[in-house]
This record gives sequence, structure tokens and C-alpha cells, in this order.
Amino acid sequence: MTSVTMTVNGKKMSGEVEGRTLLVQFLREAQGLTGTHVGCDTSQCGACVVHVDGVAVKSCTMLAQEAAGAEVTTIEGMANPDGSLGVIQQAFQDHHGLQCGFCTPGMVMSAADLLKTNADPSETEIREYLEGNICRCTGYHNIVKSIQAAAATLRG
Amino acid sequence: MPKDHDGIGASTKRREDVRFLSGAGRYTDDINLRGQAYAYFLRSSVAHGNLTSIDTAEAEAMPGVVRIFTAKDFEGVGGLPCGWQVTDRFGQPMKEPGHPVLATGKVRHVGDPIAVVVAESLAEAKDAAEAIMVDIDELPAVIDMKAAVAGGAPLVHDDVENNLCYDWGFVEENREAVDAAIRGAHHVTTLELVNNRLVANPMEPRVAVGDYDRTTGEHTLYTTSQNPHVIRLLMGAFVLGIPEHKLRVVAPDVGGGFGTKIFHYAEEAFCTFAAKAVNRPVKWTCDRSEAFITDCHGRDHVTKIELALDAEGKFLALRTDTLANMGAYLSTFAPSVPTWLHGTLMAGNYTTPLVYVNVKAVFTNTVPVDAYRGAGRPEATFQLERVIDKAARELGIDPIELRRRNFIKPEQFPYQTPVAVVYDTGNYHATMDKLVEIADVAGFPARRAASEAKGKLRGLGIAHYIEACGIAPSQLVGQLGARAGLYESATVRVNATGSISVYTGSHSHGQGHETTFPQVVAEMLGIDATQVDIVHGDTSKIPMGMGTYGSRSIAVGGTAMVKATEKIIAKAKKIAAHLMEAAETDVELAGGQFSVKGTDKSIAWGDVCLAAYVPHNYPLESIEPGLEETAFYDPSNFTYPSGGYACEVEVDPDTGKVEILAFSAADDFGNVINPMIVSGQVHGGIAQGIGQALLEQAVYDENGQLLTGSYMDYAMPRADDVPMYAVDHSCVTPCTHNPLGVKGCGEAGAIGSPPAVVNAVVDALAARGVTHIDMPLTPARVWAAMNAAG
Repeated sequence: MTSVTMTVNGKKMSGEVEGRTLLVQFLREAQGLTGTHVGCDTSQCGACVVHVDGVAVKSCTMLAQEAAGAEVTTIEGMANPDGSLGVIQQAFQDHHGLQCGFCTPGMVMSAADLLKTNADPSETEIREYLEGNICRCTGYHNIVKSIQAAAATLRG
Repeated sequence: MPKDHDGIGASTKRREDVRFLSGAGRYTDDINLRGQAYAYFLRSSVAHGNLTSIDTAEAEAMPGVVRIFTAKDFEGVGGLPCGWQVTDRFGQPMKEPGHPVLATGKVRHVGDPIAVVVAESLAEAKDAAEAIMVDIDELPAVIDMKAAVAGGAPLVHDDVENNLCYDWGFVEENREAVDAAIRGAHHVTTLELVNNRLVANPMEPRVAVGDYDRTTGEHTLYTTSQNPHVIRLLMGAFVLGIPEHKLRVVAPDVGGGFGTKIFHYAEEAFCTFAAKAVNRPVKWTCDRSEAFITDCHGRDHVTKIELALDAEGKFLALRTDTLANMGAYLSTFAPSVPTWLHGTLMAGNYTTPLVYVNVKAVFTNTVPVDAYRGAGRPEATFQLERVIDKAARELGIDPIELRRRNFIKPEQFPYQTPVAVVYDTGNYHATMDKLVEIADVAGFPARRAASEAKGKLRGLGIAHYIEACGIAPSQLVGQLGARAGLYESATVRVNATGSISVYTGSHSHGQGHETTFPQVVAEMLGIDATQVDIVHGDTSKIPMGMGTYGSRSIAVGGTAMVKATEKIIAKAKKIAAHLMEAAETDVELAGGQFSVKGTDKSIAWGDVCLAAYVPHNYPLESIEPGLEETAFYDPSNFTYPSGGYACEVEVDPDTGKVEILAFSAADDFGNVINPMIVSGQVHGGIAQGIGQALLEQAVYDENGQLLTGSYMDYAMPRADDVPMYAVDHSCVTPCTHNPLGVKGCGEAGAIGSPPAVVNAVVDALAARGVTHIDMPLTPARVWAAMNAAG
């Protein structure tokens, strides 16, 4: 067991981990941040996407120890300071961009990553960017609309 | 039409989204109980074999191991029950082999559980499982259905001859008349096709957490289920022998179901059983690779269909022969899917007077097959809409025109089909008209020419479906072999200050009940929907209910809620009449106010509720205090959504790649509670249907190894595989036998879309001589078909 410390959603968090402990296990099991989900075991579905030092990462594919010292943002860190939904989260609600909610945290985190580098993505760019996130409920139509709407709001 | 309030017809934003978007959803895997141990299932890696020995001695000594379970621990326990008994065409019951919780004597598919390690951690459980010594004398596996029933094949169950579960005929009395009509017809179109085997793949894998309280003798199971009461009944009564008052089943937030979370699975029974045996909570979390070899699969039919037509293109008779895969064991509702959920839909939207459906259900060494989104109805619609398209081409009649000539006309409802069911209402001409409009069918030739100019082959595919939702009534389905009732329940509890908690037997796993159900109650009472909350998913809270599947929630569960609310209104009016010193018959309720007809007397909803719980001025001699009512609703008929779907594709002649350029859906769902949510349901169904048509297939090799056992190998639609969808539900023929006039919308998209996609691809390739390609239409298959035919 090794002690690992990282900053998660602005708070220092520490825990004892095994060498094989995945970042997603550290977040879900050691820290109780259960908003990040595990939907597969082959790094395909994207339900576990978080940001590590500002970059979208599938947290099922990174060891907890690799994130030592990093700034990690999870879905729990995406709300406004007053706890209300952030712009991207709100756009998903406004445009019915989720149904069962299981893929949603990963979708929101991926959308946030896309919009950091592309403020006005086309439909095609959004669809191609989301290749690593699978949703089985929405058929993606309203996810695309949600991200377009969030982009428009963020552009002001 | 959307309204300016949040009642029926409003596209109210979903309230459950706030927790899902905040990471605050509470799914089963988010539940961790103090002191819990972890279960890991050691599963068969071979498809068929005799289990000769299991040696757990070394594994039991491994670090962290609490206990290891094998079949001998379950000797006093029942097997997993099947909830539907089909009677074959000779009047005999289907073959119903046992389905033990852990494999007993034999393993019958890759994934069949052999032993379970319960340990302090999941890692320790997995390590110990590797040390269990299992000897299996491998037997030849039977995978292909035709081979399985051909005689001389290996037997999945030694006492089931030819692996045949049943040979079902429907309607058996029509058999000879159908044969004669086909023999004498002007034209017969024949098509042999496969309805490909699919894996439902809800994004949340299954999870079970068992808990036991020694002080009370109460068991609790947290599980990823669409129907917690069904699990409690099946597991309590048939598997573990736990009386229901000592068994609580909780299905909290559930991350999608699509049918595959209806069924009672061995892992649920195991965790419930083991929690008592080891005296601590036991948790099992399925990983995705395990899900592929344990979640029930869907579809998997091989069919020959023949359609007889006269010279004008009128349908005279229809005959189908289907082999339906049951897999290695009968899952909870498996036998009903290829029979009653399939045969009864073979009239489609058409006036075909004679129909005969034969289905042979077959055991193979594969994962059990059961209901998946649509369950039998997509299989019926696919073969029917494909054979009609083929007939249109053979007869030189436009496929839309051929369908119109045979549609049941609006004035013919209620319509008795030759396959037992009575359609209450519908207007197929209207949905087809709407489809032609929104898909811009008139503009297709120009678009095709434009595609051809750039070297692409463009096709337009049409399909029109009928669905049957809210399977009922219980009395009838009981005669057809169902071992369950198919009602739904609701308790409406009005609190003292007028807010309301509705306890529904329906279960939401993405459908948005927490938003739509309050819209209905709010509309009935004229109060704000935020005053109404929904409670679901916990057998200790809700009345006995049957859960959510078959697009039944609003039509059956919603009606139960309406009926309970009607009882509330009736009682509240009595109280209001007393408070306003008026005759009960003069009291009206509107906008959250009770008033006396023809006077200016009124009293607010909240004041009446308070009087019910603080009954100082109250007619206690004639009515009880309190304001809480329960209703159980058992529908008199199915509901029958219908609609027209159009798909437009471009095929690359060099690679065979199919691109979907446009997809349109014109559905008649009856009245719509929340149009935004209904559109979302259709979108998701279409995507799954496109997945079936172009991408998805569970593939076994001849030894019974699942070759598509992960998301690396099983192709589901991703965002760049599908287009934006044009969906419309403005064609409305309200259901005639439920008070909301609703029909259900959850499965329609998955039913109507596969034939539309395949018809479109065949249309694109027809000039090259292609008449059919089996799903999924991968580039390799499309390329091979157009080159073979050309």
C-alpha cells in the first residue's frame, strides 16, 4: 500500500492505495465520489471520464498513483459555487441530453474538454469528439444539441 | 399542444436530471454496506460439459476468503423459475428444464456459474477463484439452431429431445386455409431472413447487494432491476423460500434496462442467500465482459416468410416459419417473446385475412435469450415490412402505395385481426401521410440523382409498424401461459398541507417518471407539479406492482395513478362539500380550488387536505379522516401505437459502407404527456434499431465461445454513426380504453427502424440485383452482396 494525495475538485484528498488501484477506484471507493461511473472494462464507454490537470482522461485507464499530486475534476466539481448546475450541466437538462444518467457524467466531462479547445464545434466535430463516450439511451441527438447550446452560452 | 403550465402536454424539464448531472445519482454500485464482503463468480469457460469435480480446498486457504459456494450449497434451494408456460400446437406444455442458481452436473454455456468466492475484497475473491480446481469433461456444443433441431445433435438438456422447447402454431386452425390461399395466389413473395442476436447493453452493468438482519430475519436485496416486486415474488417464493414480509427488494437509480433487467438472475438469489450464510452484506458487481456472457441476449430468430397477393397487390395470406433461440436455459419470460409477443403482431397494419405463424423454440449452448426492447414485436415488424418491400419490387408497385392499399382503414376500428388481438384505434394513412411529408419523399429522386453524380448509391426505405404495449388483461395472459398478473398499482398519499407523494409500481430507469407522473396528477388537481413527488423502486414503500417493460408505464402505471387520484378527488369533494355546507354534487374542482356551482363559495385544495388530517370540522360519521388512496389497474386490452419510419442512406459502391443521411419517424402514441421525453424515447429506440441494422451482432463460434464479448468487439452506435432524427407525434388517435388516451412510446423506435434501414440499403442496391442482406449490414456484407448479385 502506498499513500497517494491529489487535489480533487479543489480539495486535497489522500488515501492508501495498492499499485493496481485505478484512479476511478480511488475516486469512487476511497473518496466516495460515486458520480464517476464504470460502464466497461476495455476503456471504450467513457462513463468514467474525469479531468486530470485539465485534460480529459478515462479514469479506468489510469492508476491512482499516476494521478498523485494532480488536480482532478470530477462531475461533482462541475456545479457553480452555489451548487446550481453549471452551464454544460444546465444545457443537458434543458435539451434532454440524458435519460438513465449513467453515461452522463462522462458525457459532461468530455463536452467540457471539447469546449475548452473548440468554442464553436460543428455537429460533425461534436459527434467525432464523442467517439469515446457511449450512450445507449438518447441516440445522441439531444446530447449534440445540449453541447451546441452550452457552446453558445459559453461564447456569450 | 404544449401548454403554459407543467401539466399534461408540457415539455417539462426533467427533475431527476439535477441529481444525475451533479454526480448525485444513487445507482446500486454506489451502495456500500458496513462490513460488506465481495462475491466473484467462477464461470464456465467452455460451452458444454459434464462437471466432474470442483476442489475448493486450496482456494479456501487463500487470503481474505470468507467462504466459497458451489452447487451443493444450493441443494435445498429452488432453481430460477420461468414465468411463462407456452403450450405447443399439439396441446402439450413446453419443455421446461431446470435452471439451478449454480451449475449442477453440467455446464451449458460459457458463463454458466460454477462456484462463487466471497472474500474481504474483490481482488482477493478473484485471486482465490483462480485457485479453484474444476474438472469438466467437455462435450460437443450445439450453437446453430438449424443443426440443433435437425436430429442427432448434442443435447443441451438430456431429457429435451432434439433441443426443441416447443413447436408453436398460431392460429393453428388457420393452417390449412393459409396453405390453400398461398397455393392458389396470383403472386407469392418469399423471403428468408435472420433477426440478428443482440446484447441489450444498458450502460450500467448489473449489480446485486444482499443484506440480512439477524435480529428481525429480514433480507434486503439492492439490485439493478426494472421490476423489484417481480424479483421479490420470483426469488422469495420460488428460489429461496423467503416470505415476502421478510424480503425487501430495492431497485434504486437504474442505468438503463431495455428489457435485460426484467429477469431474475442467479446473482440476485446468490447475494441474498449468501448474506445470511456468511452473516454480512455481500456485493456483486458485474464487469462488462461478464455482462456479455450472463445478461440475457435478445432477438436471434431465423425466419422464412411468405406473402400471398392478388393481381392488385391485396394481401391474401401470410405464413411464417421461425426458429427462435432460447439459449441454454429458459429465462424469466423467454418463451413468451417469439410466441405471444410476436405472433399476435403478424397482421401488422394490414387487412391480411389469413395468417399462420409457426415458431420452434430451440435450446443451444449459448446465453439465455429473452426480451430486448420491443421483444417479439421488432421481429414481427422486420419480417413483415421486409417481405412487403420485396413484394412491391416484384410487382412493380410503389412500396408506400402497396402499404396504403392494404392498410386497415380508420373507419374499420375496432379491428379484429386474424391473430387474436383487437386494435382499438389507429389511423395508418395519417401517419404515412405525415411521414411522406417530413421525410420529403417527393424530393428523393433529385437527392438520389445528386448522390449518383458523386458516385454514391442512394436509397430510401419505408416501414410502417404496429406495436402492442401494456400486455393485458391478466385473465387473458393467464390463459396464454403467463404465471404473473399484468396490472399496475399506485398509492396517492396527500399530505396534510396538500403536497402529494405518489407510490407507483412502475420503475423509472431513464424514462423520466419522476417528471411525467407528477404532470398527470397536477393536471387532474389543478395544482403545481412541484407539489407532487414520485416514489418508486422499493418494495417496502410501494404497493405490489409489476414494474416497467413493454412500454407499459404510462398506459398501465399511469392509469393506476389516475384511478387513485380520482378516488382522492371524490373524497376531497365530500370534505369540501361539508366545509362549504353545500351538496357534494354541486362541488367542482378547478385550478386547485373547490367551488360550489353557481355561487362564489370556494375553498383551496390545501385547506381541504388539512381538514382531512386535522378533522375538527369534519363529517367523521360518514367518512374517515386522511386522504390516501390506492388503485390497482388491470387493462382490458393492449394499447396499439403505430407509425411510419423512413430512412435515407448512401452506400459507397467501392467499400460497401452505409451512411445514414436522414431518418424520419411519424408516430401515433395517442395522447402525449411530455413531448420532449417522448421524442427522446423515439431517438433512443431509433439508435438501437440502427445499431441492429448496421452494427450489432452477438457472434458465437462453433465451440460456443462468444467472439463479441466486449465493447472492443461488439459494435454499438456511437455519436458519429447516427444522424439527427426528424420525429413527429402529431398524429393522435387516443387509446379508447384508458382514461389518458395514451399508448406508450418506449420501444417504437427500435421496432420501426431496422426494416426502414434495410429497405433503404436494398433500395440503393436494387439496380445491382440485390434483394436482401441479413443484418447487420456491415460494409463487408454489403460489398459482398452487391458484387455477388451484380
